[in-house]
Amino acid sequence: MQNRIYQSVFSRKIVFSLILLILLLAPLFLSDFRLNLLGKFLAFAILAIGLDLLWGYTGVLSLGHGIFFGLGAYAMAMYLKLEATGGKLPDFMAWSGIQELPLIWIPFQYPILAIILGILIPACLALFLGYLTFRNRINGVYFTILSQALVLVIVTLFIGQQNLTGGTSGLTNFSTFFGFQINSATTQTVIYFVTVVALVLVFLGCKKLVKGRLGRVLVGVRDGENRMRFLGYNPSTYKTFVYTISGAIAGLAGMLFVLQVGIISPTMIGIVPSIEMVLWVALGGRGTLIGPVIGAVFINAAKTGFSESYPDYWTYFLGALFVIVVVFLPKGIMGLVEKLKERWNKVDVKESSSVEIEKNYS
Amino acid sequence: MSKNPAVLRSKKITVEFSGFKAINELDFQVNRNTVHFVIGPNGAGKTTLLDVICGNARASKGSITFNEKYELAKMSENEIVHRGISRKFQAPSVFAHLTVFENLEIAMKQKKTLRSILRAKMTKEEEQKLTDMLDLIGLTSEKDKSAGSLAHGQKQWLEIAMVLMQEPDLVLLDEPIAGMSKQERIKTGELITKIAKERAVLIVEHDMDFVKDYADVVTVMHEGQLLFEGSMEDVQKDPKVREVYLGRKVDADAEVTGT
Amino acid sequence: MSELMLTLFNGASLGSILLLIALGLAITFGLMNVINMAHGELIMIGAYVTYVMQNLFISYLPSQYFDFYFILAIPVALLVAAGFGMIMEFSLIRFLYKRPLDSLLATWGVGLMLQQLARSIFGAPNVGVKSPSFLNGGLEVGTLLLPYSRLFILGLSITCLIGIYYYFYRTASGRRVRAVMQNRQMAECLGVSTRKVDLLTFAIGSGFAGVAGCAITLLGAIGPALGTSYIIDAFMVVVVGGVGALFGAVAGAFGIGFFNTAFEYLTNASIGKVLIFLLIIAFLQWRPSGLVTSRSRSLD
Repeated sequence: MQNRIYQSVFSRKIVFSLILLILLLAPLFLSDFRLNLLGKFLAFAILAIGLDLLWGYTGVLSLGHGIFFGLGAYAMAMYLKLEATGGKLPDFMAWSGIQELPLIWIPFQYPILAIILGILIPACLALFLGYLTFRNRINGVYFTILSQALVLVIVTLFIGQQNLTGGTSGLTNFSTFFGFQINSATTQTVIYFVTVVALVLVFLGCKKLVKGRLGRVLVGVRDGENRMRFLGYNPSTYKTFVYTISGAIAGLAGMLFVLQVGIISPTMIGIVPSIEMVLWVALGGRGTLIGPVIGAVFINAAKTGFSESYPDYWTYFLGALFVIVVVFLPKGIMGLVEKLKERWNKVDVKESSSVEIEKNYS
Repeated sequence: MSKNPAVLRSKKITVEFSGFKAINELDFQVNRNTVHFVIGPNGAGKTTLLDVICGNARASKGSITFNEKYELAKMSENEIVHRGISRKFQAPSVFAHLTVFENLEIAMKQKKTLRSILRAKMTKEEEQKLTDMLDLIGLTSEKDKSAGSLAHGQKQWLEIAMVLMQEPDLVLLDEPIAGMSKQERIKTGELITKIAKERAVLIVEHDMDFVKDYADVVTVMHEGQLLFEGSMEDVQKDPKVREVYLGRKVDADAEVTGT
Repeated sequence: MSELMLTLFNGASLGSILLLIALGLAITFGLMNVINMAHGELIMIGAYVTYVMQNLFISYLPSQYFDFYFILAIPVALLVAAGFGMIMEFSLIRFLYKRPLDSLLATWGVGLMLQQLARSIFGAPNVGVKSPSFLNGGLEVGTLLLPYSRLFILGLSITCLIGIYYYFYRTASGRRVRAVMQNRQMAECLGVSTRKVDLLTFAIGSGFAGVAGCAITLLGAIGPALGTSYIIDAFMVVVVGGVGALFGAVAGAFGIGFFNTAFEYLTNASIGKVLIFLLIIAFLQWRPSGLVTSRSRSLD
């Protein structure tokens, strides 16, 4: 038994290292174009980890993570835009007759500050909204609906305040990042590596959180919020905390996304992408952290391959995927893997000894 | 009626559910080191009494003082737990996706703020406490099983253990032996006697044989008010109690049984 | 003064549209606790049914009967949407009753497919539905002109409200539905077929989405994504109103309608949306489970 647990931890480490190795070696065998795509998927994967921490472990379903992602993305995009215009006003502002750089754009002239704000702003918004909703024991379903309303509100705001945000066309036409040509292959490769490192750090950070006592408390909050109160916990603190962390992670993902994709617009952070993010987590397997990474990369890769040639069928496929995952694969790909492993183990046990069967039952 | 000092004292508490008074101006007291049963017909307000003590229901009037210094009526559920009151609910509600050990780990008395949970590391001392508790409830061999896979009786014990892990001064149990086999009942009764040596135990129970075997004090509630309080023998002799339980026909041999 | 009147009227008008949409939700979400994200697509289906009816009348009937298409479209939209609802309940939702968040995701998937289906059949661009002539023009009140179409929607939503109230509170079948939603096991013991009731209730909720879709054609062109723009507001109505209460839905719908119109009048459309969202959050600080609540003693 002891040996088996050791083995499974050992093999998980091997799988993890293997994936990491592939990601690190990817620039050697992928074209610039494909590397850029992979980098984008990995940025999504970062967000998926944060979303899983919130949904899979804490049981809070947010349909509004596109907004946190978007706030990070816009923070970075505003900086890139200002650097591209070289101190002058961005074109869309000039068109709408603005003379001076608006107050809220001023901090984004400084890259470090922009990066900090790209994480801090979504975190603060999540903290604000989370505090006000969880504190009052608002039904989980209500929260989910509110989180979707948040998307509608912010997207409408971003479109409406065209002279500040660029409206529906969003922010694009960037040139340099810290003075480096943003579109050069070298810069993009470096950004790719930064994304991989960020992914690994976020993954390990979240892993550490859920491996500790906090992880057990979060599962407790997920499975029996009221029960936790009578064990002396205040669940709303934990939910707010995880929501904030998750928002910050989404902001980070958004920044890395903009650096690699070169554009951010309201449609990329709206209702539809926000709910698709949830599907990444569900398909990969909620409550596993690694599953959502797989889910995010898989769905986005499929989308890129599929939707370019058959956009109509892609929507059908996506819709069907929601249904299939919920009905047939509630534990996602990771659940499937787990099941296969179990079957394999059972055969293995039968062959080795009969005493183990009972122990293995658990 | 007991020389033990009071742990909990309620003064004229009233609990209302949309106009209906589930508890009506109840004066009530629980003493230290006592197994205190609350009985009464359905709708007498027994579970509501537990609810209002642990914060699951709010009193519209009156006060509840705990250990002579804490006013419970305005505290949140988790604050009440930290003052030293723990409750086991009627239906077992252990965390099915955590192991038996992990269930006890999160229940254990510790600072339960986010900050301290984030820093928490299992100490030798804590591990010892958890192991001792597993021994007490006889679940040592099930330690690493998920709590969801336990038998019904085992779940009940695990939940009692989770309550005890909080090292409370007052334990509230709502029908702890419901659905248990004869043997499990005896085991549970012994467990209750054992834990009452250091603290007060307040139990809502319908099974009168069980009450008779383990009660120090019995309170009979009726229509949200205290009808009678005393030892089980006194309760059985009391005409008012008989009337409430059995209607007007007072039969000298009839057993007082709950429904 | 007349501006205030106009704002009030516009608020009532928006409120009545929201109410019409939220009535269906109050049944499926409020009563059955199913978050049907495809509710918006059922509205869209109702709208396209109206569009098809219009085309049928133009093609096959003499023009003097044209106005009747709309009268006929309302029951047809109700039945078609109810039919779609039944299919959804039977093939998907009944497996997800205890998992509200999962039913949310699955029905979103269904919604996506329905949208795409509409796009395949009717094309992606919006199509116009010509209002019947008796709804053109408006009622003159002082200096104000209140469009008949808006008044019609107001009347329709009130009619639907009364119909739903009558059904649930005054008929035996409606009582059975309420019995099942309040205490499923007990109702089962008393011989109520809960499966049938579930199916029927969901169909009724869906049917009203169809009626709402029919009404929405009076307001402008319709497209495959028609439902998405209304559905979130309608969910907010249910959240504000409180689950499982018709009165709550009415108060929520007109409350949000009035404040939305007022905020938009005072600021602009996008800031107005932000303000109404903040107002709802503030409201929930005061009433976390909405205006009308029922308390239960169970844990979780």
